[in-house]
Amino acid sequence: MSVVRQDDKLDFVSQYSTWRRALSPTGNTGDAIFRIVMFLAALLMVAIVIAKLIALSADSMLSIRQFGFGFLASQRWDPIKGEFGALPFIYGTIVSAVIALLISVPFSLGIAIFLVEQAPQYVSRPVGFLVELLAAIPSVVYGLWGIFVLAPFLRNYIEPPLAKVLGWLPLFKGSITGIGLLTGGIILAIMVTPIISAVVRDVLTAVPGSQREAALALGATKWEMIRVVLVNGAPGIAGAIILGLGRALGETMAVTMVIGNRPQISASLFEPSYTIASAIANEFTEATGDLYLSALVELGLILFLVTFIVNGIARMLVWNVTRKTGGVSRAA
Amino acid sequence: MSVPNRGHKHGFRLFASACAFAVLILSFACIHGNSGNGSSSVSLQGAGATFPNPLYQKWLSEYGKLHANVKIDYQSIGSGGGIKQLKEQTVDFGASDAPMKDEDLKSAPGEILHVPTVLGAVVITYNLSGINQPLRFSPDVIADIFLGKIKKWNDPRITADNPGVTLPANDIAVVHRAESSGTSAVFTDYLSKVSPEWKEKVGSGVSPSWPVGIGGKGNEGVTGQVKNTPNTIGYVELAYAVQNKLPVANIKNASGSFVQPSVDSVTAAASASAANTPEDLRVSITNAPGADVYPISSYTYILVYKNQKDAAKGKALVDFLWWGIHDGEVFAKGLEYAPLPADIVKRAEAKISSVTAGGAALRQ
Repeated sequence: MSVVRQDDKLDFVSQYSTWRRALSPTGNTGDAIFRIVMFLAALLMVAIVIAKLIALSADSMLSIRQFGFGFLASQRWDPIKGEFGALPFIYGTIVSAVIALLISVPFSLGIAIFLVEQAPQYVSRPVGFLVELLAAIPSVVYGLWGIFVLAPFLRNYIEPPLAKVLGWLPLFKGSITGIGLLTGGIILAIMVTPIISAVVRDVLTAVPGSQREAALALGATKWEMIRVVLVNGAPGIAGAIILGLGRALGETMAVTMVIGNRPQISASLFEPSYTIASAIANEFTEATGDLYLSALVELGLILFLVTFIVNGIARMLVWNVTRKTGGVSRAA
Repeated sequence: MSVPNRGHKHGFRLFASACAFAVLILSFACIHGNSGNGSSSVSLQGAGATFPNPLYQKWLSEYGKLHANVKIDYQSIGSGGGIKQLKEQTVDFGASDAPMKDEDLKSAPGEILHVPTVLGAVVITYNLSGINQPLRFSPDVIADIFLGKIKKWNDPRITADNPGVTLPANDIAVVHRAESSGTSAVFTDYLSKVSPEWKEKVGSGVSPSWPVGIGGKGNEGVTGQVKNTPNTIGYVELAYAVQNKLPVANIKNASGSFVQPSVDSVTAAASASAANTPEDLRVSITNAPGADVYPISSYTYILVYKNQKDAAKGKALVDFLWWGIHDGEVFAKGLEYAPLPADIVKRAEAKISSVTAGGAALRQ
């Protein structure tokens, strides 16, 4: 009798314990449940991104059907007549981000190199902390500072000399108001610097000390040693720059206050411009008419895809570098 | 072989605490959800134009002192937003400077009434150093400035209207609204009437495609841009220009006189148009004829559904509107808005009295 009962018990128990052991190596139920819950949480995040993509595509279907690929090439943005085109916004978004990177990358690299290679600890910790504090300032505060401090400063002290010396370039023609693509780019540069410098610091720290010692032992000067370290961390640095680019592409409030909000493509940096994020922020709550709304959602879809791809590339690059050298990549 | 049972107790504890937590959260939600239904207090939500926002906020605070059990909230998100929220029925009343278009009215879930509340002026403001008296502009000059055809301050057409004033040879920096705006709708409606080229190229609406200029966010943004940047010209609501001590231009009206924007010249515009005002009170009073009329004037409306779903809310709403067009008008002048002319008040009263809930008129 007891043998039969043991057999029954064994069948059920063996199935149960095989299943449980598959989920948790220690065979502990708590572990198994924890693993399932965490997996569901991760799945939820992926599901949210996919749901966003589907929702954006669904809402912009009207505009996609109406304009097709011409939406990406058209320069008209006329809600009254119902003609919409994304080109001025794409131009403004990309050019302001490029200006931001051109200004910010040398500074960020310099900050990171200084803090990792040259500064003593009692300097590098507070200075590093202050740089990262810049990232904590809200975007709208940057915007206010831009209107009241940066724009008058550029209008009075920077843009007139630029116009006088480099005015023959189409980049610096036009009337000087202090509000325009250049101001937008500079504000973005300031906002993006803490991100790039933080990630580059991590990347440089992850470069093994043996590289540095080897360079110095072979007779390199300090600067040559730093160059070796930079080359070593180059993929990670590229990843950091692309991360900064991703932030610059999506930044809204600070940019909308200083960029002038004109959907036009102009060669001059002094002229006002418009980014995708600013357009959506300014016009979405009051867009009446289905086509208008759909066009704005399509702009959002374009920005979503671009930022997604850019951030994806950045993550892969940074992860690649720090995984090899055993350093920990900080989530920026 | 026996399977170790240690996991059991921990699993049970985890499950029990998760249940307790869930119950706690749900009970919070239930309590919070019930707190909105007070026995005698009514809360109303409104949203819409930024143009009359200073006055409406004053009205809300004064009305709140008289009727403590009615809580009214007004969000100044812009005329377009107000119309949209009203159509989606997320607010109890909307507010807009420009009256709703026919297509908008048709696509709404119910009949919407326009109740005019006050009148305001859209003024031309500018930032020029060394100019002590208000500049004068003709309508075609304004249209051409905003079209980008007149580029410099010392253009002969501007100096012709301003004899004795030396204008600098600087570029004119135009400032307009970046987002959808009833103020833009009123201004472009005026420009469409005075300039055929404007009407054809740009048209009138809440979001025109401006040929030139920088976009500022809200009346506040345009005021800020004009105030901080020299050689700018922009259009804002009169109250914003006065409160920020910006100069205001005199504009030549349809009868040929240069008129300063003021409460009286705006009321003159309304009175001159009273005969043309249709039954539903949707009217544009820009460029009205008359010697004292300020040409860029406008009504601003509160939009309500004719059939209110909730009788208590509907009663509170009509009582508030009735107070607004009678007692509320005394606050208008102090904030640079013009009170409604008497005959329009009568017609607005009729509109308010026609609001019903469940078939019965809410205001006898």
